[in-house]
Amino acid sequence: MSARLRVNPIACEAHGLCAELLPELIRLDDWGYPIIDESEVPRELLGLAQRAVDVCPTLALLLDED
Amino acid sequence: MSGWLEGHPGLPRLLAGLENTGGGPMTLAEHSRVHGELPRRSASELIGAIERSGLRGRGGADFPTAQKLRTLAGAKRVSAVVVNGSETEPASGKDRLLLSRLPHLVLDGAMLAAQAVGAPEVIVQIGKSTLGSLQALEGALAVRPVDPVPVHLVAAPEGYVAGEESAVMHYLNDGRPLPTFVPPRPFQRGFRGRPTLIQNPETLAQVALVARFGERWYRELGTDADPGSALVTISGAVAAPGVYELAFGTPMTDLVEAAGGATEPMRALLVGGYFGTWVDAVQAMRLRLAREDLRSVGCSLGSGVLIVLGQSECGLHESARVIDYLARQSAHQCGPCTYGLRAIADSVGALAAGVAHERERDRVLRWVAEVRGRGACHHPDGAVRFVTSALAVFGKEIESHRRGRCGARPARLPIGGPTVRQTAVAARRQ
Repeated sequence: MSARLRVNPIACEAHGLCAELLPELIRLDDWGYPIIDESEVPRELLGLAQRAVDVCPTLALLLDED
Repeated sequence: MSGWLEGHPGLPRLLAGLENTGGGPMTLAEHSRVHGELPRRSASELIGAIERSGLRGRGGADFPTAQKLRTLAGAKRVSAVVVNGSETEPASGKDRLLLSRLPHLVLDGAMLAAQAVGAPEVIVQIGKSTLGSLQALEGALAVRPVDPVPVHLVAAPEGYVAGEESAVMHYLNDGRPLPTFVPPRPFQRGFRGRPTLIQNPETLAQVALVARFGERWYRELGTDADPGSALVTISGAVAAPGVYELAFGTPMTDLVEAAGGATEPMRALLVGGYFGTWVDAVQAMRLRLAREDLRSVGCSLGSGVLIVLGQSECGLHESARVIDYLARQSAHQCGPCTYGLRAIADSVGALAAGVAHERERDRVLRWVAEVRGRGACHHPDGAVRFVTSALAVFGKEIESHRRGRCGARPARLPIGGPTVRQTAVAARRQ
């Protein structure tokens, strides 16, 4: 499976859990909103990416399968 | 294919006959006299002609119109054709000119589009304050012979982002004029949750002409890559600001001349409106009204807005006011837009006021790169494009502002809601 991360910027409320879990692909801007690496998620990070999606309190983080 | 009417030679095309309407809307009789009766065209005939004409959308995205029509024609249960007459760009006047003065031309195009995509309804959305458009459309609908599908007029709120197509759908569906997270886009799921064709009024007016006169006529003006004519709203330091119809390929110098010429030596031109790009005047005067020329300096025509900045005016101050306006016009739904544009606007304001160190500019450039592409709609993208070009063209003036040496006149670009500009008819003929 290949997949990419995407955020719904309207739903996102800058809780920042995603960047805590997955700093390899997600960093926060000066206001705490995630800047996401939208290239293909490396295989070894797929599990963490799915976890980041699952823990987002506003369900704003999405993992799109290509 | 046959049965084309004889088209207008040269310019004007869309604005043909406008000088004889006494400032009011063109009557149906006059409209028929100027352009001829609207012929019947099958969907494939119309879409084929539009495709060969090379017509692209005039709302700012430049998308090939035939491709959009074909997609919708192949979709099931299309809900409507929406004419997006919001025109929330303060420096644009072309859509209001078309809707208030040439309503039959736009309605003809909407009917053709509705038949081509099998839409059971046409919705014309305009801004709440544009009473001239509302009255002209109501008057036009009252006298038109029965159109094949019903037309509904909707007057919507007028914030800058309210004209964005997902915001138009949102308003029609839920009464909230705010952009939504896309996809789905309107052609996938729009009005009533079904595929919807949304088009700019000028695009539909051009469709109404191509349906009458054919693609060969359409391509008589313009360049191979950019055929036809376009409406351009020209304002700023020109003698006769207004809406002009010009052929693609026209040199920028001729555009400025069409608007009465510059009233003072030019400093820069803002191409494409507030989502657009500042171009140094010397560089701009080497360009033509053509996508390839504009792309070479990193800009596009957008919705057809051109603003001339004179040398006695201050690009930094003007830009600071515009980016502040754009930050306030954010729908405040997405964090990067809400906070990022505010921060950028405050910093640019400080640079223009001469109270920030020049290094503040580096911070702005970092934010610009970070904010781009991170909103649900393209509001932050357009705003940072504007800021990037402002810093590129007027960046050298930051230091003189810091030393208190800007002697330019106060800013005057229109902000804070649509400004109805004096409108003029294209004077240029080929």
